[in-house]
Formats: sequence, C-alpha cells, structure tokens
Amino acid sequence: MKSDLCGWTGSVLHIDLQRGESRTEHPGPDFYATYCGGRAMAGAYLRPHCTRQWDHPQMPVCIFAGPLTGTAAPASGRASLMTRSPLTGTVIDSPLGGRLATQLKQAGWDGIVITGTAETLVGIEIRDQRVSIVDAEPHQGAQTSEVFDSLHELMPPDASVACIGPAGEHRSPMASIMVDRYHPAGRGGLGASLGARNLKYLMVTGSGDVTVYDPEKLAEAGCEIMRLAAASPALMGPNGFARNGTAALLDLTDSRRMMPTDNFSKTHFPAAHALNAPAFNARYHARPHGCEGCPIHCHRMADDARSIPDFVSLSHLTALIGNTDMELTMKAFDLLNRLGLDAVSAAGTLACVREITGRDFDENTLLPALHEMASGKGPGAGSRRYAAEHGEPERSMTSKGLELPAFDPRGAYGTALAVAVSTVGGCDQHAYPASHEILRKPVATDRFTFSGKARIIKTSEDVLAAADSLTACRFIFLAAGLEEYAKAVSAVTGMDMDLKTLQIIGERACFNERTMNALNGFDATHDDLPPRFFTEEGSSGDGIRMSPLNREQFLLARAAYCHIRGLDEKGLPLKEKAHELGMEPMQDGDSA
Amino acid sequence: MKELLNKYADKMVRHGLAEANTPLLGGRDAFTQWNREDANRKVFEQVFELMDVGSLVFARPAEPYADIIDFLASRHGSSIRPRDCETRTFLHDIPVTESFEPQAVADALFRRKAAVIPGKGVVSFGTVSPEQGFVFYSSVCFACFVLFFSDYLAACDSGGPDPEFQAVFEKVTSRLPVPPSADPKLANGPFADRETALAAMAEAGRAVVDYGLVDSFFGNLSCLIDNTVLISQTGSSLDELEGCIDPCPRDGSSCAGLTASSELSAHEGIYDRTNARCILHGHPKFSVIMSMVCDESEECENASHCHIRCREPRTVGGAPVVPGEVGTGPTGLCNTLPPAMAHSPAAIVHGHGVFAASDADFNKAFRLLLATEKRCHDEYFRRITASQPHIVHTEEY
Repeated sequence: MKSDLCGWTGSVLHIDLQRGESRTEHPGPDFYATYCGGRAMAGAYLRPHCTRQWDHPQMPVCIFAGPLTGTAAPASGRASLMTRSPLTGTVIDSPLGGRLATQLKQAGWDGIVITGTAETLVGIEIRDQRVSIVDAEPHQGAQTSEVFDSLHELMPPDASVACIGPAGEHRSPMASIMVDRYHPAGRGGLGASLGARNLKYLMVTGSGDVTVYDPEKLAEAGCEIMRLAAASPALMGPNGFARNGTAALLDLTDSRRMMPTDNFSKTHFPAAHALNAPAFNARYHARPHGCEGCPIHCHRMADDARSIPDFVSLSHLTALIGNTDMELTMKAFDLLNRLGLDAVSAAGTLACVREITGRDFDENTLLPALHEMASGKGPGAGSRRYAAEHGEPERSMTSKGLELPAFDPRGAYGTALAVAVSTVGGCDQHAYPASHEILRKPVATDRFTFSGKARIIKTSEDVLAAADSLTACRFIFLAAGLEEYAKAVSAVTGMDMDLKTLQIIGERACFNERTMNALNGFDATHDDLPPRFFTEEGSSGDGIRMSPLNREQFLLARAAYCHIRGLDEKGLPLKEKAHELGMEPMQDGDSA
Repeated sequence: MKELLNKYADKMVRHGLAEANTPLLGGRDAFTQWNREDANRKVFEQVFELMDVGSLVFARPAEPYADIIDFLASRHGSSIRPRDCETRTFLHDIPVTESFEPQAVADALFRRKAAVIPGKGVVSFGTVSPEQGFVFYSSVCFACFVLFFSDYLAACDSGGPDPEFQAVFEKVTSRLPVPPSADPKLANGPFADRETALAAMAEAGRAVVDYGLVDSFFGNLSCLIDNTVLISQTGSSLDELEGCIDPCPRDGSSCAGLTASSELSAHEGIYDRTNARCILHGHPKFSVIMSMVCDESEECENASHCHIRCREPRTVGGAPVVPGEVGTGPTGLCNTLPPAMAHSPAAIVHGHGVFAASDADFNKAFRLLLATEKRCHDEYFRRITASQPHIVHTEEY
C-alpha cells in the first residue's frame, strides 16, 4: 500500500517465528502523531505484553526507526530496539547503529515486531517487501565476525545485518547484538532475547527512498544543526568525539577524579593517562567509523580492522578491573564483540569477581573468563547474581541488576540520580547528565549538588526519549536541541511539530516505560545505588574531595524526581498523569 | 537554587542589562522559587505550568537596550533575525509576541530560547540552569544592539533613516555608556609558570568583561606555556575563570581539552603560525557591526553568504576582516583566522568579534582589542556623519 505519509512508510512488519509467517500493519496517522517512531513507538507495541517473561514466545522484540531515518537530517540513522531485559526484568531499550535503520526505512518499513520462537536456528532476511525466514543452522555457534563474513558474500553491498554470537545463543543475560560488525546494542541482554527466539540474524536491504515533505526546509534545519555541531567542542573540537572517538572522555573522568577503579572502590586510576584515547589511536593507527548519515563518526577502528573500545568499555576494561595492558584491552574488546557479550556488564562483573576473589585478571585469565561468561557459565549471569551467590551482594555495582557506567556517582550527583532512576537500570544514557556536569553543555552545572537535578534529569529523559523516537543520535544533543530537530521533523513529515509536541512524545515514552516496570513490580525502592557510594569516600586529590553521597539528600532528590515525573511516593505511576498524557493508566492490582 | 537565581539577577544588573531590582528569575526543581516578589510572577508561574523547563528569566532591559528592542520589534514583525554570527548560530531568530498572556509567552518560547514582548521586556528559559536564561537574555540584548546600529547605518547609506528611526537613534546614542579611558594594568609576562599564567588569564578575563568588550559568556582567551595551550573552557564566564581553564598539550597526548573553548582550533592555529604567547577574543559591539559593513555587497556573488564565503581582502579599524563560523568544520573560522593573524596581531571575524594576540602578556593584546574597537566605533560615526552631514554626532572614545 502506498502511504500518504511523509517521513514514515506507513507500514509495520510483524514476524511470527513460530508460525514462520509475517504480516503488514498500517497504523493510522494519529498513531504516528502520538508516538512518532523509535523508542516511543516500540514502547507502544511492547506495553500489552510487558508482564510476560522475557523469553516468553509472545514477548515481542520491537525494532523501530523514526521519521527522520533515511532523510538528510543529521545523525538520524538510528533505530530503537525494545523488549524486556533478560538481565534485569525491566523494560530495556537500546539504540541500533550502523545502517540497519536506514535500510529498514528504504525497504518500506517503519518498524518490525518479532514474536514466536523458531524450532531451529533461523535468520530473517528482508529485501524491500519480501520477507524470508531462512535456515541459520550453518551459523550455529558462530561468532559475530564469522556471521558478518559469511553473509557479506551473499548480500547486497548496502545491506545491514544485526546478529548474535555464542553468548546470545547460550542466552547469557549479558549477551549483546552486533550491528554491521562494529555497532553493539549491548545493554541488558538483548542478544539473549534473540537467542531465545532462535534468531541468529536479521538482514535488511531496501531500494526505496523516504519521502520528505519540504526538502528545502529540511536543508535549512540541517544547516542549523550542523552549525551547532561544528561549534561543539565535545563533538567536533580538536579533542572531541569526531577526532578521538568517545574514549576522549577518559581524560576528563581522570582529571575530575571520577574514574571508576577497582570495582568502584577507588575513583582514580594512576595509569589512566597512558591508556587514553590518543594513546590507543596512535598505537593502533585509528580511523573513524560511524553510523549511516552521521557527521560525527564517534567509533574508532584499528588498522587491523578491530574496534578500538568506546569510552565506557575502555574505562571498565582497564581501570575497573585493574588492567594496564593496551593490547590485552584490545583483545578483550574484540573478543567481547565476537562473542556478542556486553562489554560494560562483562567488565563490571569481572570487577566484582576480582574484588570478591582477590584474584587479578591477566593475559592468561581474562580472555578465558570472557569465553566462560559467554557460555552462560561462571559469572555469566552478571555481577548481581554472582555477588549474591557468594554472600556479598553489596559487591555488585549495579542498579536494578544492570552494571553501572564509567562515571563514578560520587563525582557527579545528577549522574547518580539518573543512574538510579533509569528504567533500564544502571545506565546514564537516558538522561546523560555528563552533558552539563562534565561537558558544560548547554551550560555547566555544579556536579557536587543534588539541587535542581531532579527536574533536570526528568526533562533530559524526556528530551532524549524524544530524540530516540525521531530517531536521532543522543550525542548530537550535546550541540543541538529539540528546537532544531522540531524544525527538521516538521519539514520531513509536513506536520507542525514544535518543542512542546516533541517533549510530550518523549514524556509519554518515559512514562510508559515507568508504567511497564511498575507492572512488573518495580517501584522507587529499586531506584537506588549500591551502599558503597553512600559509605565510602572516593579517591580525593588534586583539590577535589570525593565524599560519599549524602543518603538523605539522595532520597530527597529521588522523591522530587518521582513528584516531577508524575509518580506517587512509592514511585508508581499516577493515574492523573497517565490521563494527562492520553495514556492508559495502570490499574489497581495490575502489578505483577 | 535561590543562590543561582540571585547570582544571575545581580549579573544582569552589573552588566548593564537590567535596572536594579527589576530582573525576575524563577527556578524549579520539585517546587518553584523566585528571586523576588513581582506582580508579573503570576504570568510566569502559568508559563512554568505550560512549559517543562527548569528556569525562566524576565526583565525589561536597561537603556539603551529597551528602546532598541522595542524599535526593532516594531519594524521586524513576528521575529527579529540577528545578523551577527554567534547569536545567529545559537538563537537563530528572536520571536516577538505582542501578548503578555502566559500561553502566548509559552508559545514563543516553544519556538526559540528567548522572546521579545514589546513594551514589557525579554523572556528566556533554561533547562538545566538559570545561567542559560541569563545567556539568552544577554544575547538578545547584544544581537539587537548590533542589528539596530547596522540597520541605521544601512538606512543612512540608502537615502537616510525615517524620522522615527532617527529619533530613536539619537535617544539611544545619548545613552551609550561612557567608554573606559585607560588601559587596565595587567600582569606582566612572560609568565614564569602555569600558576602565574592561570592567574593572569583570570585577571585578563575580568578586564575584558569590565570594559564591556564581551557579552554574557561569549569570548575566550588562551596562553601558551610549556608547549601547552591553557584556554578558557567552553561556556565559561570570562569574569569567573578560576577553575575553568583547560590545559591542552600541543603534542596531542591528552583529550583534557574536550571542554575547552570551541575556538581552541583557531587559537592553536595562531600559535602555529606566529610567536604569540597570549590571545584574547572578545565581541566588542562596533567591531562586530563594522565587520559586516561592505560597500560592494550588492554586486558581490557571495552577498548573502559573506560571513562564510567573503574572499575580498578587507580591513576595518586597522584589522583584517575574515569570514568564518564558530568552531570547526569547512566554514569554520579556524581555517581563516590563523592565516590572517600571521600578518596582523589583531583580526576581526565577520559578524563575530576581535581576536588579538601578543608575544608577551595580555597587556598588549588588551590594548589591541580596545584600540580596534575604538577605531571601529569612530569609523561608524564618521560614516554616518559623512552620509548625513546635517546631523552632528558627538560620540567619541
């Protein structure tokens, strides 16, 4: 069916792996105006099924592009993947990079909803409107690099592939999905979600174009966004992501004495300066790589085609586990990608193991440990389970069971709050307070105060949820804002979408995710951090005092967040807020 | 929160952007706080309800800004489009709303970061800090000042301003602040060590603000010492530089300059090509205005893109004028400014501001910055006098 919509294709693909069938749905214009795309739309499809177990055949895996995907809007070649997390039991979403979202739109689809479990290992191949479920048994046990190598010979040059490695097949709750070889969708065990469906890979290739309502206005909006990107030191400056990759952040967490070290028992790693982005980039002759349509290209590839670790992976594979060996770091990151294992959770779990056992990891033990984790054995279920099984649950540096990112919460209080209240668990990406607490954008805020942070976190979550729904890369929001992207999406769709419209789309997405978590028994008590951060001082020095977080102030900030988000004092969604957002409220007794 | 609200209300007054006790700033976390009581609070409390923002800044600008802004609002319709480079980059345009109703104010702020309410004032907002609202408010004042004087000069060059424009211009010029008469005495270089250099930078930054050579947080400065460029951080206030200076080693061994000024590339390029040791960058208003004046614009193929494409060698106030946008990128000033400063210790970036370098300390750079602005100011009034000899202008530095 030819869609009258601009920006959207008007078609959503439903694939049932159990029946080996697919069908096409054409949502109405109101649905698109309400949810836009990406994360918000994926959440709308997940909501009716959110209380099912993560591996239930009817638990959908939702992949959605946005109206900007496949257009000339800068940094908009992303999709959002959402399902229930095998690791945490919360809702989990992840941006998908590479070319996948663009190919999906060019094939004529706004999104895919995958349900059912295939009897044997399969792949999904989408060539425009042709959808095939094919035998993937020959790929059983294959590492992601082998899958990419193998499919590369069979598919068109522009096609995109997302696949899992052995970790996903073994349903490791830390398994990731790799997209186009270099782009992980890492957090929360998404690879296991595909593994549970016996889905080894998804290949998409499209030959169409995305219709743009007003190309001239889109070009104007694109220029405004690019002008701001060029003015952003973090993105385009001589020390920025475009020149050095996201690992450029390592020098900042070092100088701010907030680098998680030795399983967050310290916040300063003396070897950091020798393991920073310039050191890796020089040694491995780095070259830039990025997602389709991105002007930043924040990934770095070595001259031997291995990925150079991104910021969080680099920090955790070195400081967090006490590793000072550059080549071992490269080998570990490469292996994690090939096994399809989340580098952040894997390193976080190894740091927990190291603290509990007192045994360091070296070249003889680190890589075998990763293999063991990918097989689902040993600490492969994540640090929360490992620490609990060893009688020391407080050694798991997680929130809601998800290992924490590479900003020590004692060094940035907004980050502490954002990580605690995130719907996916220990992740700062939903609000990215490092933007103002570390990178000074849009302006600097005092990183050592909770004052004002509750509203900042709530507002930032809404903004970035809107970005994930457009879909646009979260990093471009270090420079541009919804104001600029509202102009772009209006130009693409022909709908008058202003800042307020996008804010509400983002708020609706966040509230929906909060509601889905509440339906699965999560409340404010889960919005917390490990006790270490409230009782132990970090590595003070260089005139910086790394005091423990004040528990009382943290709880006040959390309560303020709940109030602003439209939750009751227990952290459960208020009916009034649901009605205000035009959403179905959580009913009494709904909680699992 | 209250502390921040008071800080930026005080800054608005201290920078001559609002009269004492007039700025109204509100900040919200779980609840709303205000810097003071005000009859307009009811309006902005409702704006808060309509907008999910963290802070609001509102004031009737001090003169001459209030007259300038009201006049521009009466001439530019529903939005004022600034022509200076930096304001255009960040503000794009400035909506004008005649209504002071909360919904109308919110609707304007849903479009842009700041809005003009003629006869009432300027309103802006912040999502993470009242500082954002202060910066946008200040930028509106700066952008409108530059636009007003640019428009007036253009009117003089094309038949003369209408009586209303003329009357407002005379009123405005009579209220321009008296410029400082003497150079500041800054620390003498060369600087023995990094600590001395950092102190000298903080001192120079305060002087640039005190002399009115920069608005809000725009502008930057740097110092080269021990093969490391010390440079003010992005978004730092030049009068509060302590703790806000990044060391950027020139051997590329660290990315600690990730938070450095967006003009780090330009500063590095200048150090590469010259024997400079200190660089000052400010946005003195008449330098910005005069950098955009071009007698050949009507015939030029790059007329509407002169801020990025102008290839005509020009000088204003004795300094070369170069095109270039903020930061990096193919049209970034980092490509055009360093070659110009290889031959001149000061240069003006089209519609943006003045860069001045010195081989010793900030004294010489400051004198260059001030002298360039004085010459641009004098040239501005010489031109309008020449175009309208019957009007006598007495504004002089």
